[in-house]
Amino acid sequence: MMPVRTRLGLACALLLGAALLTACSRSEPPTKGGPVTVRRLTEAQYRNVIADVFGPQIVVAGRFDPIVRTEGLLAVGASRASITPSGVERFAALARSIAQQVVAPGNRELLIPCRPAAPGAADDACATKFFQQAGRLLYRRAVTADDLAGPVRIARTAALARQDFHAGLAYGLQGMLTSPEFLFIAESAEPDPADKNLLRLDAYSRASRLSFMLWNTTPDAMLLDAAARGELADADGVAAQVDRLMASPRFTQGVRAFFTDMLSLDDFSTLEKDSLIYPAFGLAAAEDSREQVLRTLIDELIAREGDYRDIFTTRRTFMTVPLGMVYRVPATRPGGWAPFEFEEGDPRAGIQTQLSFVALHSHPGKSSPTLRGKAIRELLLCQKVPDPPGNVNFDRFNDPKSPNKTARLRLAAHATDPACAGCHKLMDPIGLALENFDGAGQIRLTENGERIDASGELNGFKFADARGLGQAMREDPAATSCVVRRAYTYAAGRPIEKGERDWMADLEQSFADDGYRLRPLLRRIALSKALQSIAKPKPELSAGGPT
Amino acid sequence: MSFLIKKPVTRRAVLRGAMGGTTLGVALPFLDCFLSDSGQALASGAPLPVRFGTWFWSMGHTPNHAIHPDASKLAFLEECMALTPYTQHINYFGQFNSPLDGRPNHVHHTGWVSCRTGTAPIAPGDIPAPTLDVLVSDAIGGSTRFKSIDMTCTGNPRDSFTARNTNSRNAGEVSPVALYTRLFGAGGDANSAAAKADPDLMLQQSVLSGIGAERQRFVRRLGEADRARLDEYFTSIRQLENQLAVQQRGTPAGAACVRPAAPKEGPVGLEIPVAQANHDAMSQLLVMALACNQTRVFNMAFNNALSSLRRPGTAYTHHTLTHEEAVDQKLGYQPEAFWFNCRVMEALAGFIDKFTKVKEGPGTLLDNTLIFAHAETSYAKLHAVDNIPVMMIGRAGGRLKTGHHIVGHGDPISRIGLTAMQVMGLPVEKWGTGSQQTSKTITEILV
Repeated sequence: MMPVRTRLGLACALLLGAALLTACSRSEPPTKGGPVTVRRLTEAQYRNVIADVFGPQIVVAGRFDPIVRTEGLLAVGASRASITPSGVERFAALARSIAQQVVAPGNRELLIPCRPAAPGAADDACATKFFQQAGRLLYRRAVTADDLAGPVRIARTAALARQDFHAGLAYGLQGMLTSPEFLFIAESAEPDPADKNLLRLDAYSRASRLSFMLWNTTPDAMLLDAAARGELADADGVAAQVDRLMASPRFTQGVRAFFTDMLSLDDFSTLEKDSLIYPAFGLAAAEDSREQVLRTLIDELIAREGDYRDIFTTRRTFMTVPLGMVYRVPATRPGGWAPFEFEEGDPRAGIQTQLSFVALHSHPGKSSPTLRGKAIRELLLCQKVPDPPGNVNFDRFNDPKSPNKTARLRLAAHATDPACAGCHKLMDPIGLALENFDGAGQIRLTENGERIDASGELNGFKFADARGLGQAMREDPAATSCVVRRAYTYAAGRPIEKGERDWMADLEQSFADDGYRLRPLLRRIALSKALQSIAKPKPELSAGGPT
Repeated sequence: MSFLIKKPVTRRAVLRGAMGGTTLGVALPFLDCFLSDSGQALASGAPLPVRFGTWFWSMGHTPNHAIHPDASKLAFLEECMALTPYTQHINYFGQFNSPLDGRPNHVHHTGWVSCRTGTAPIAPGDIPAPTLDVLVSDAIGGSTRFKSIDMTCTGNPRDSFTARNTNSRNAGEVSPVALYTRLFGAGGDANSAAAKADPDLMLQQSVLSGIGAERQRFVRRLGEADRARLDEYFTSIRQLENQLAVQQRGTPAGAACVRPAAPKEGPVGLEIPVAQANHDAMSQLLVMALACNQTRVFNMAFNNALSSLRRPGTAYTHHTLTHEEAVDQKLGYQPEAFWFNCRVMEALAGFIDKFTKVKEGPGTLLDNTLIFAHAETSYAKLHAVDNIPVMMIGRAGGRLKTGHHIVGHGDPISRIGLTAMQVMGLPVEKWGTGSQQTSKTITEILV
């Protein structure tokens, strides 16, 4: 099914011809807005913010409470996450450690904009200056006198107790770093002057959405300045900032964060492979395989400005020595990354054949066509596979006396159970196409001495092997629709609303019109009215009043 | 609400058979004045506290090979043989069901959620009510440095079965070294004079008080749902403040309290020797944390809900074996899956054993603890959620009789959780929702 054109787009096409279609489709369909969100900082965001505000020399050593993946994204889960008692304990410990590093000799000279009148005493003026500066970046808005009162008071009390200005400052900063204003990105809305039925994000909230979407970090001083000057209420002002953000090297960081979330790459933190069965797949290979797919995506989609669909067929990637041992290819640059291209005809083509996919979606000691098929459906095509029924009978699947030597034959026998057949039809024909990769992602041609049949079918597109699967995915409109929806959901931090269907269809069409290039897609989302539109809460204006 | 918290029922009312003549069994609230005068006391003279904890395992039991079917006496069979030396400390509950009320059985999820919340989840991942350990820690966890200590032996902090709701799951400690650092590292010696005199604790409290003061200003910007969510955060802040206050004033430790040696850094993960080693190390730290009165509530997860335990060098995990391994016709079970189940029960036995090695008053730590151990299914091969095995281990400060095999005859599994909470002194009269809602305490095991 091709992406749905909007009614407006169709009308334009009919009336004005194809030449004007692109221009017409760019008029954004109206939406009814969504709710404001209150997002807990993710681990990556926390680390980025600390590095960006205080410098990469500040060590963030500690574990973070996991966020529950919701609607396919941690970005949505973050909008529903709270912080448990043990989570607060961890955040407080992190805050303490960071604050002590910030005020330590060597850093204080760089990070604290003033010297205290006496180093062994409190100095409210200097403390205020520091908290004003740091607080603006940490709270992502102008700080108020109320915001400053607490940290300055604590810094004063602690400086007197410790007879040390900088020690006191650390306690005040610790408070800011444990504050909900820092740990939660709490948006506020204001009346939309262009539509009395809607609210819109206020300037600072919009700055945060843009910055976390495109950089995965806090707004920098220029973006906050633009917000303070009211420039983000103006389309040209927003465009100037979005273009600046997308021209920055930090944009790559933002795109990596998006794909890390979309592809569920956080699962690498707990990936295990049996070292006896797969001796080549050690910790280094696991870490590098995660990095490999991100490098591939950035190269294809940002550096080369390529067609998104090509990520399913590309033979270009990057290689390290540990990866080369698993891929069984020569890696020419010891200790670093080198561009690499699989030969024509190699089964490796597309990110779904890289280790980050075939090893991640396998068992520790064997492959899993079912897990792989499910991952393709859910992560890359945004199609929900129903959960298995409670009364599954696996007897036919793994009877050791069975003549079925390959997973295909075993699954075929298993899927004769009507309770299982429905879902396995969704997963198996795709997952079996990747059976030429074992549980660690290494190429194999046989299983138990039997030649592996990797043929299959996706939405009527028949293929013979993994490369064919990549072609099928490339042609499947669900793949492009999926990345559009995920990108918008990720940016908004909430599921797509019913009132945004036309907007989604329009966005999908624009993506196609732009040659399925990611950069224009993200720019369009960032500039959209939809992203800043907020529905009026019912029955009371509880979702952030005018500020 | 899936439970009703009412005014505590008095001891007198219970003894007089009040409550309309129903068979409501109400445990006595844990008030110092109700404790016996049998000499059970901390070194300071304060009564010994009663602790509560959970121990989770997945994949249930091998039918007919775990527990003797004759319920007149508690006897373990091959799979649970390791538990035999501790039989007199255990109550085993069988044939309690998890009615779904038309909701699907979300495999490996519905069972444990029903057991811990008294409610069948609506969707995969859904946790519709606070788990019972959270309710217990809300009630008794405030007077110690840590409200609860949560651990998992899988290497993945997400493998935790304690939560206030779907989006607020308590992450488990995965590393013995990290657990040691938290419990006994800097600030861990809560009773030392140095700790009590440290102005840092007071200053840190001031930091947290300052955050608490922001509450009104912050939440008035939020919608109702977000307000509730942020309330959890502010409650967590208050809890941390309380921890610091406890550190400042010190907590009376038991006579057996000894700062343990620091464990060595080792691997984490689901290879069975690794999980066993981490379980062993964390259990040892836990019992000392309990003896030192650092916490009164704990949660230990031995494996994940889809048990990914595995033997080095083998392709199949515990979970995949339960489904894919053929039943040996001679043995009558899946031998490899059975092997894993045996190792899990050995781990539970080792856990219990550590509690028996800590002397408290005339008995042991186990006598002053209630360990609520359970699985997420009864027979993993079929994902069955009826007859999920549950055990209560320990005498909860003399409030429980042990050594019994209690048969539920299809009663809702929530009866067990309700009883456990009442034993821990929670004034809960009724618990669970739908067909799992119950007010029937299991009185047979109450002292």
